[in-house]
Amino acid sequence: MEKLMLLGDEAVAKAGMDAGMSGIYAYPGTPSTEIMEYVQNSERASAEGIFCQWSANEKTAMEAALGMSYTGKRAMVCMKHVGLNVAADPFMNSAITGVNGGFLVIVADDPSMHSSQNEQDSRYYGKFAMVPVLEPSNQQESYDMVFYGFELSEKYRIPVMVRLTTRLSHSRSSVKPEASREQKKILLPSDPRQFVLLPAIARNRYKYLLSVQTDLERESEISSSFNKLLDGKDKSVGFIACGLAYNYLMEIMNDHEMDNPVLKISQYPLPSEKIEIITANCNKVVVIEEGYPLVEEMLRGFPVVNEKIEGRLDGTLPRDGELNPDHVAKALGIAVNEGPPVPPVVKNRPPSFCAGCGHIDMFNALIQAMERYGPGRVFSDIGCYTLGALPPYDAINSCVDMGASVTMAKGAADAGLHPSVCVIGDSTFTHSGMTGLLDAVNDISPITVLIGDNCTTGMTGGQESSATGRLEDICIGLGVVPDHIKLINPLKKHHGENVDTIIKELEYKGVSVIIARRECIQVTMRRKKQEKTYGNNRNQPSRKI
Amino acid sequence: MKTDIVIAGVGGQGILSIAACIGMAAIESGLHMKQSEVHGMSQRGGAVQSNLRISDREIASDLIPLGKAKLVLSVEPMESLRYLPWLSENGWLVTNTTPVKNITNYPDTEEIITEIRSLKNHIIVDADKLAREIGSPRSSNMVMLGAATPFINIGYDEIEKAVKRLFSKKGDNIADLNLKALRSGRSSSSSRL
Repeated sequence: MEKLMLLGDEAVAKAGMDAGMSGIYAYPGTPSTEIMEYVQNSERASAEGIFCQWSANEKTAMEAALGMSYTGKRAMVCMKHVGLNVAADPFMNSAITGVNGGFLVIVADDPSMHSSQNEQDSRYYGKFAMVPVLEPSNQQESYDMVFYGFELSEKYRIPVMVRLTTRLSHSRSSVKPEASREQKKILLPSDPRQFVLLPAIARNRYKYLLSVQTDLERESEISSSFNKLLDGKDKSVGFIACGLAYNYLMEIMNDHEMDNPVLKISQYPLPSEKIEIITANCNKVVVIEEGYPLVEEMLRGFPVVNEKIEGRLDGTLPRDGELNPDHVAKALGIAVNEGPPVPPVVKNRPPSFCAGCGHIDMFNALIQAMERYGPGRVFSDIGCYTLGALPPYDAINSCVDMGASVTMAKGAADAGLHPSVCVIGDSTFTHSGMTGLLDAVNDISPITVLIGDNCTTGMTGGQESSATGRLEDICIGLGVVPDHIKLINPLKKHHGENVDTIIKELEYKGVSVIIARRECIQVTMRRKKQEKTYGNNRNQPSRKI
Repeated sequence: MKTDIVIAGVGGQGILSIAACIGMAAIESGLHMKQSEVHGMSQRGGAVQSNLRISDREIASDLIPLGKAKLVLSVEPMESLRYLPWLSENGWLVTNTTPVKNITNYPDTEEIITEIRSLKNHIIVDADKLAREIGSPRSSNMVMLGAATPFINIGYDEIEKAVKRLFSKKGDNIADLNLKALRSGRSSSSSRL
């Protein structure tokens, strides 16, 4: 079959379709977004009826995917690492219920926080839930592991996690696809109570999960291509390299004609026999892993001082951040021949709002309205508008997790801070802000909620937002007094009236919501371009099924 | 044969189209290719780069090690200097002169050009001007790709074919303009070698 040039994300998506998945669920989040987008943009998804719509958040996505698995069909759920925190409840419990149709949880981690608020390592979640984790080292493995993962999931009837990292998600290379499989037919679980986690049933389910652990380790031991032990003559040092880190190691070893034993890890639970062989045969072992030192900690045991093991914990490799071939070279004692230094004339170029972005006008109005109260009163959230923290705005004081702006403003208001304001995007609001608003309404916490409604999920590239056109109705439904739901148009020409509206609501001692609504400029430009190419007749390629 | 290329620019300048053309040409030439891209937050007017690796043998790392790039190809002058630590001893820096001044402390362009001129191997192209001259101001990225072709170990014909293939989706006229841009960039740098 013809080779394709695919991003790691796209390889996973293509493999899902080829492996006969019936549905994919996700909430956009860098670096995982392109998985769903690839399926949505494929003609096959609509032709073959593969469900591929965005969910309100990662928790609803995970639960819907579990529901699809319940019917016996193959399902995939995708998210970024912090999305798994949101979906942690169904994830942990799906390990106990087990699955029916193959169930893959694709999580893309973001070491070095290119586009995230932390760099947590999802492999810990896999270990926590006691489910297999597959960690591809390249685009072809990303593809192959989806096929293998579905089979593994169905063999043991448990979820399987595939862990990607930014560099693989967003790096392109050739992938050789396999022949497509048919989707599965509906076949409900043979045990009607499998998914009923009443304590008496859950205890049995948990015992089952424990009972397959030895088998799962055996699978890791025998899956020779994913976890492979390569012997080498120089036993003074051996290397254990996980996922993508294996590539950096190979880069350096090939360039310097090194011949040391290497254990490549791409499947967990860890293959203990292979680990025993390499640790017994080498004088010391350097553990190279992208993310937290999970394997290294396990190998060190307690106390952590173990002269035989080197890695991120003893400074052989950096403790934080994404790895690269230069880190690995240094860990191997190889000099790096760096090019000329960056001259001082080069200035940082941080991301900024697009020219013409509605958030600019929203922040300008908010800044002026807040002048009389002084700084430190604006909680914010995850999205493009987080850039409001940077100069020249310096307009927000928090960004913690999806939806936290509403609830942190509430807590501060409960403590007596008035006015207490939050700035949240429309998609973030429907993801996790609505429940916090309900809390504020129930407790009559005096907060001003400013929803930057750009009618899309902007930061990740303009995906549909769950409740476009229905935000007012949602706020009314949650109990916000209609008189204190205000709509403003964030444009320069409305600046004065927008400032007045905000000031009035800041003074109100109850819950008020101001919706600053103007379509994302990127979406507007894209729409206009498309209209120019295809006309207004809507005869354009549809992304929906 | 191994060619490591850092393609640099500012989010929105079309560096991924450059990478796609080179990548397509590499594959058509039967070479291995890995190309890492920047998506997400930094795309919003921030500094962006793509690491493109081409080889006749299998490529391990998606990232280029420091000091290994044979070419830094930049569509913005200040951005070209940001990746100097990756440039190899005999590597070439090929850059556009038109600055993107979306930061308040953007340095004097002359200072940047002076820094670039101090490098042993450099090609400076006013790609925006050349693109305007051929009547396609939006094709400056293809002018830059053209200017870099002498330093990419792939037949020029293959690169032309790739450009044609990539842009023909948008119509023959657009494909022709981009091919013109490519040729104009190539002759501009070839005349200086």
